Parts: sequence; structure tokens; C-alpha cells
Amino acid sequence: MRSLKEIVKSFMLWELLVGLKLTGRYVLSKKITIQYPEETTPISPRFRGLHALRRYPNGEERCIACKLCEAVCPALAITIESAPREDGSRRTTRYDIDLFKCIYCGFCEESCPVDSIVETHWSQYHFEHRGENIMTKPMLLAIGDRYEAEIAKARAEDAPYR
Amino acid sequence: MIEIEIDGQKVEAEPGSMIIEAADKVGIKIPRFCYHKKLSVAANCRMCLVAVEKSRKPLPACATPITDGMVVKTRTAEALAAQKAVMEFLLINHPLDCPICDQGGECELQDVAMGYGKDVSRFTEGKRVIKDKNLGSLIATDMTRCILCTRCVRFGEEIAGIVEMGVTGRGEASEVGTYVEEHLISEVSGNIIDLCPVGALTSKPFRFKARAWELNQHTSIAPHDPLGANIYIHTRNGDVMRVVPKECESINETWASDRDRFSYTGLNAEDRLLKPMVKAHGEWQECDWSLALSTVHKQLENIHQHCGEDRIAAVVSPNLSSEELYLAQKYLRGLESHYIEHRLQQVDPQFIPTPLLARERQASIAEVEDMDAIFLVGCDIQREVPLLGLRVRKASLQGANILSLNPLDFHFNFEQKAQCIVSMQTFLFALAVWIQSELKAEELKEWPVLDQLIKQDVDYCGHPDERALIQAQIESIRKVFVAGRQKLIIMGALAINDPQASLIQQALLWLAERYDAKLIFLLAGANQHGAVLAGAMPEQAMSIVDLWHAKLPAYLLVNVEPELDCTHPALALKALHDASCVVVMTAFVTEKMLEYADVLLPIAPFSEYAGTLVNLEGKRQAFNAAVHPQGEARPAWKIFRVLGQLAQMPGFDYDTWTEITPDIPTEASKAPLSSLTERYRLPQRQAGLQLLPYWPLYRSDPLVRRADPLQRCALSADPVIALHPETAAHYGFKANEAVSWQQEGHVATLIVKTDPSLSLDTVYWPMGFSETACWGALAPLVLERMRALEENE
Repeated sequence: MRSLKEIVKSFMLWELLVGLKLTGRYVLSKKITIQYPEETTPISPRFRGLHALRRYPNGEERCIACKLCEAVCPALAITIESAPREDGSRRTTRYDIDLFKCIYCGFCEESCPVDSIVETHWSQYHFEHRGENIMTKPMLLAIGDRYEAEIAKARAEDAPYR
Repeated sequence: MIEIEIDGQKVEAEPGSMIIEAADKVGIKIPRFCYHKKLSVAANCRMCLVAVEKSRKPLPACATPITDGMVVKTRTAEALAAQKAVMEFLLINHPLDCPICDQGGECELQDVAMGYGKDVSRFTEGKRVIKDKNLGSLIATDMTRCILCTRCVRFGEEIAGIVEMGVTGRGEASEVGTYVEEHLISEVSGNIIDLCPVGALTSKPFRFKARAWELNQHTSIAPHDPLGANIYIHTRNGDVMRVVPKECESINETWASDRDRFSYTGLNAEDRLLKPMVKAHGEWQECDWSLALSTVHKQLENIHQHCGEDRIAAVVSPNLSSEELYLAQKYLRGLESHYIEHRLQQVDPQFIPTPLLARERQASIAEVEDMDAIFLVGCDIQREVPLLGLRVRKASLQGANILSLNPLDFHFNFEQKAQCIVSMQTFLFALAVWIQSELKAEELKEWPVLDQLIKQDVDYCGHPDERALIQAQIESIRKVFVAGRQKLIIMGALAINDPQASLIQQALLWLAERYDAKLIFLLAGANQHGAVLAGAMPEQAMSIVDLWHAKLPAYLLVNVEPELDCTHPALALKALHDASCVVVMTAFVTEKMLEYADVLLPIAPFSEYAGTLVNLEGKRQAFNAAVHPQGEARPAWKIFRVLGQLAQMPGFDYDTWTEITPDIPTEASKAPLSSLTERYRLPQRQAGLQLLPYWPLYRSDPLVRRADPLQRCALSADPVIALHPETAAHYGFKANEAVSWQQEGHVATLIVKTDPSLSLDTVYWPMGFSETACWGALAPLVLERMRALEENE
């Protein structure tokens, strides 16, 4: 009896129909595929992407060269040199991040007392030549200037949980 | 010794000592800010409150003397509550700007706050803000950070003798600063940087350069004065970032002089020589080491073979390591010349260097503070060896009588019981008067020179009134000196560099013998003692002036800028210009060097090589390389090693510097000096103005001269000559007037200052400046008013 049932099922392509049932369900359901790069997935405000150095609204750079990020960096990716600026304030003369060394742990951001070094949501970048992996201070400041609105929004969203 | 109990641990301590001292002895940590073992007890920070049995409230450990059987608990709930409460108060007005504070990472307040501070402040009112003070080019201030521990004020008052600093105002308005707006004038001011437990006082040259946790620490020895102060060199990525003192109770205690602390700022001067250079057809060309060394070898070998022996002279810095000095003299003697000289400033070849004198007469550095009577002869101790000056001041505060025979009143930071201010020429007379008072007439015959001075050559000491005054002053000095139990005589640079130095020395040796006094001779440079042991001086009695007069075909200069470092600079320059071959081993190039030198070899300064230095008490101390030599610079001993090997001399096959050290004699041979009685002649007395050259504190060697912060600080000297107002009036000069000065065809125009602390007829002449490097002999001086000279033209 059992074997007869099997024979009938196999002639009626039963297994195929069972499989197609799943296919049919997904054909009719809402699509989740996104059209990258035109579309992107939503990202958390805590996403740790490319680094940036921020400024205050008056245009003054935030970084005060305390070197805590350099000290905390587990990959030794940050190199800072500092000196007094003409107005006597403590400033960096060099702020390099080696993106090959960086492990995007976000400790630099955690340690920063003035919210200067941040990791933006930006993760789509590439290098074509050796040496481009070193992000210098002007580059980092430029990234900060470019994404300031997004950076500020992400910090504001995450603020209640800090 | 009495026994107390701290945290259950039995501790033995001196009666009268404080709880905190006993606790420190066994390593029990009590938090503190105002307490410092070298300073008096202020007990104003209250951080060290501890619970003492039978006391109703916590007591400050720094100000509570121990009693027998005392039971102290530092970690009870009561003590901790008191300490935490104090911490909260201290943090009320502290700005907590650690991220931008240079003290961050090595801050006592930060450290203690980690243990005793609350993470949230309950203080919501506005914080106090204090205006920063300008203390000069060495010390940066952020007075808002000050927690009023007054360590700096106490250091100034008790150790350095600076009374400029103090606390003004009461309560919330109290602040530390200078009473009058002015820079700190002290040769040891940098120590308040170390003393400050917070970031209120920090190093200005080091400002914002590096963090404490980035620095590597290397032990070293300060290379500027014969004290041999122990220091730490802090480096980061192969660069010297700063110098701080290393504690050494028998030498520098916990202090460093500003010269030792800030001279590192000259290491990266713009004129640093980084590659060997040779002059070919009048053009300077950079070259590699092999070419430079073979050029040197060929030229010196050529002169050696054609001109015979003793035709090459080496003038070496007394700041070099013993190993370098030893190889330098070995190389030169290999070229059959013994003209090697490290006594750059001395003109009297008969002056006996310290290592050749009896050991038991020499005082150790630590002994100085135990003396009852200290007699300074031609010695500006504060500005020659600043840290020895601190010891003398300490002795003075402990009741010692300080006496001096000086060509000017130096206004020391300690009180002097009696002093005799006479011109250098009259020194001998003054000492002769002293000796005469001790000797019978027939004994005096053994001292033909003194006999002559006192009896015959009346004219030698000027006017009878002046003689009487000197006699009275010397008598008062003698009385005080004789009364002391422990006596010390210090002969300073002014006397050592005098043409009569050996006679003065003989007189002092006699006095020391007579009164069983100890002696210190303050030779210039960090390693003169070692240089004598290494044999870096001629066998005959001849001075550097004789070397210049000898007009030799070849000179070898090691770390020396003769126009600034040597006595008789014009004479030196002339000799170098006339020489056919001048090899200069130097870390820095001067314009003058490019004119007279033929080969320039870059050598490593003190931070970049290792060796040993022998200090004034004869202690040999090793120093380490803190960083690699910059560019192609090499330690001088390696250069001499290669030169010796090129010349195929025996005994140059050393692999490391440590192999050289055992070859250096530890006792100097006393043979080179002729017997004492025959060689003394009374020098001719010169009429008119007397040139008194001196090396200001921050012009003493090539590295210091390049240390910009030191050059800008309040103590740095200007190239101006000083006269007594009466002398100036006698010659018709006004203060701050440009005066033209002539000697043997050299003319220079310098500003004249008047200084009533000078002796009459003395022209106090700063060396180490290109402006003043223009005299060539001890010939009579001719000073003329600038205007008169212009009219003549």
C-alpha cells in the first residue's frame, strides 16, 4: 500500500509541486532585494565606517591633540604629532590614520573627550595606489565637513543610550 | 629610633620624624600633594590625613611627629572618608582639562583622583579662574590648575633662594604667582616644573610636544658642568623630547639645573652637521666617510712626515667622554705630537689639575653642605655649577659661614659673612696677607713670591689705603674661617682662568694644609677630571695660548668653537687661518669654521653616544645613548678608532667603547709637572684697565649656545662689557654707551654697562659671543668713546 502511494506521488511530480509551493510563496511575497548601489540597506547610527575629524559649528577644529585615541588604538593605526598653534592652543600638526591597520573597533571615538574623531556611516571607499590608505588630517577634516549633518544626526540618535 | 605601627606593620624611625616619612620608608603609600621630602612641611593640602589611635580626628601624616608606640591606620573608613572629602574640595576649582594638560599621564592629582575622587562633582557653582603668569621662556603656566600646594613657593624660598614667588590673596582669591610681574631669575628654576603636582607649571620648550606615556626613558649624565648630575633623557620616535633629573642623593639630590634640563633644545639646531664635508679648491663638498677619513689621514700623515714631531695640535672639548679623550690623545701621540689640550679657558700652564692633587684634601659634593666655613675664591658658584651652589646655600642655611675673595660681588642667593672684592691682580696680595699673618718671617722665605709681594713690591697692590682695606677684610675673613670646624675652599673659574692661577692655587693649597680644610677646584666642562686621567694634556707645562702661538701647520678641533670656547679667541682664529690643515670634528658648523677648516666631520652630541664622565669629586659615571646619531654623525671615539687604524697604529682595535674604559688610567701620573719652587715668577703688574673674561652660564659650550629657550631666558647674558661706575667715570664713559675697544689691531664696539658690584679697573668681559670674541692677548686695553673715534675718522 505504502509503495503504491509512492509510485502515484512520483508520477504526479508531487515533490516538485512541494518545492514550487515555496517558490510560489516567494514570487507572490514582498521583495527584499535592494538595487545596490542605487539603493542601500538602512544602517545603525552606531555603524563604524570611514573616519572623520569634526569641527565645531564656528569652524574651529575639535581635536585638541590629547592623544587618547592614539593611546587606545589596539592596532596602532593612529599617529599624532602636536604643537602649540600661533594662538597658543594645543593642536595636532599631524593626524594620520592607516586604514590598512585600522580594525574599525571604534575605540578612538569612544575615547575622544571632544567628539572629534568619529567613524562615519560611510563604508564605500577604495584605494588605487599604495599610500592612499593613510588618511591625513586635511583628508579627515574634509570628510568631517562633508558628512557633518549625518554625523551629528547619528550622534543625536544614539545619545539617549550613552 | 622609636617604633610605631602603620597599618599593622612595625616601623622603626628617627624620633621627631613625621608619620609620612616612616610610611615612605616601608613603602606604605599615603596620598599627598604639598609634602615633598626636600621641602619644609606646609601641611596645607590636607590630603595625607590618617587615623591615629587615641586621636579624636584624622591627623595630617606630613605634619604629625611620631611618638613611641603610635598606632597609625591609613586605610580605615575614617581616614579614607577624610581623604575623599579633601579630594572633593581640591577638585572643586580644578578645571579638569586633563586632555589638553601636559601633566596628563604623569599628574599626581590625576593619580590620586583615580583612587580617592568621585566620578561626579557635586559642585555646580562657577569655577575660579586665574590669569596665567609669564615666568619667562622656560616655564609655562596654567595657574587655574593650581591647587595651592605651595611647593614651588617653598622651593623658591628654601632651596633656590628666589623670593619672587609667593601666594597672594586670601581664601578663594588666593593665587600663586610672582609678586611683581617679572620673569623668574634663577639658574635652577626648572625644578618647579617637577615639583608641581598638577599641570600649573609645565616646561615651555616641551609644551604640547608629547605625552608621558609615549616617552622612553634613558639614564644619562649632564654634560655641561663638572658636577655630573644624573639625568633622564626622554625620547620619542628617536627624538630627544626632554630632560628631567634622576634622583642621586650624593650628587644632584633630586634637582637639575636649567642648563642641564633645557640644553637638549639645541640638539636639532639648524646648523647641525649631518654629513662629512671636505674643502676642495676652496669649495665645500659633502662626501662620504671613507673619503673624509682618508683625506684627514693623508693630510695629517703628510704633515707628520714632512714637518716632524710636535707639529700637530689637538684642541678637545672638556665635555667629551673619557673614551674619546683617551683615543684622541692616543692618536695624536701616535703622530708623535703631545700637543693635546682640553683646558680651553686656562692661561696658566702651571695650575695643577685636580687629579694630580692629594685625594684626601678633595671634598665630595655631599660633604659641602656639612661645612662650617666655605671660602670662595674667584668663584661665581651659582652660575658656574648651579647645583653645587645649592649645596653651598644649604650649608649657609644650616649655619655655615660663607666667605669670598672675588673680583666682583656676585650677590649670591645666600648670605656671606665677609667678603673681599678686589681686582684679580690683587688676589695674590690678599692671600699673601693672610699667609703672612700665619707665618714667621723666616718661614716666609720659603715663599719667595709672597715675600716679594709683601715686602718689596709695594706698588703691586696699589694705594696704601687700598692695602689697608684689603688687610682688614682679609683679617675678618680669616677670623671667621679659622673658627669653623669643617672648612672648605672652593676655587672658581675666574681664579683658575687667571694668569696667576697656579700661585693662587699654591696659596690655597697651603691654607688648606694649614687649617686642614678640604678643597674643590671648579674646572670648566663636564670631564676635565677625566681628561687629565686620559692624558689629554701636554707633558710640558704649556697652555692653550702657547698652542696658538706655536703657529703649527695642523690643528685638530674636537667639539670646540675656538672663537667662542677658548681664551684669546682672536689669537686662536689667526693660528687656525694660518694653519695648512684644520680638521674639525663637530656637531654644529659655524661660519668661522667654514673659513678656517679643511675637513668637517660630524660627531654625535651627548644624547647620541655612550661613554663615561668623571666629575669633580673623581667619580666615574657612565652615560648611555638615548637616540641614534642623526644623519651620518658618529661618536668621536669611532672616528679616532678608524683614523688610528688607517695610520696602522697599535691599540686601536676596539669593538665597543666599554673596551676602552679599562685602558684609561684611574690615577694620574704626577711626573709631568716641574717642581714647585723654581717655576714661580711674579707676573708683571699691568697698569690701567684689566680684562676679566668670563663665560656666562648659557654661553659655556656649543650645545648650550644653541639652546634657544636658554638664550631667551632672564639669566642669559648680553654681549655687553661691565665697568665699575667710578672706573667708567674715570675713563669718561657713560652707562649704556657704545665704546670702541682696541687691542693689537683688533677693534670692536661694545655697549658699556656700569655695575657697582665690580672691583675697580676691572673690565668684566663676557665670552662665548661672536661680538666679544675679538681679543688676542693680555696686552693693555684701550677703550675709547665711540663718538670720539668717529670724529677722528
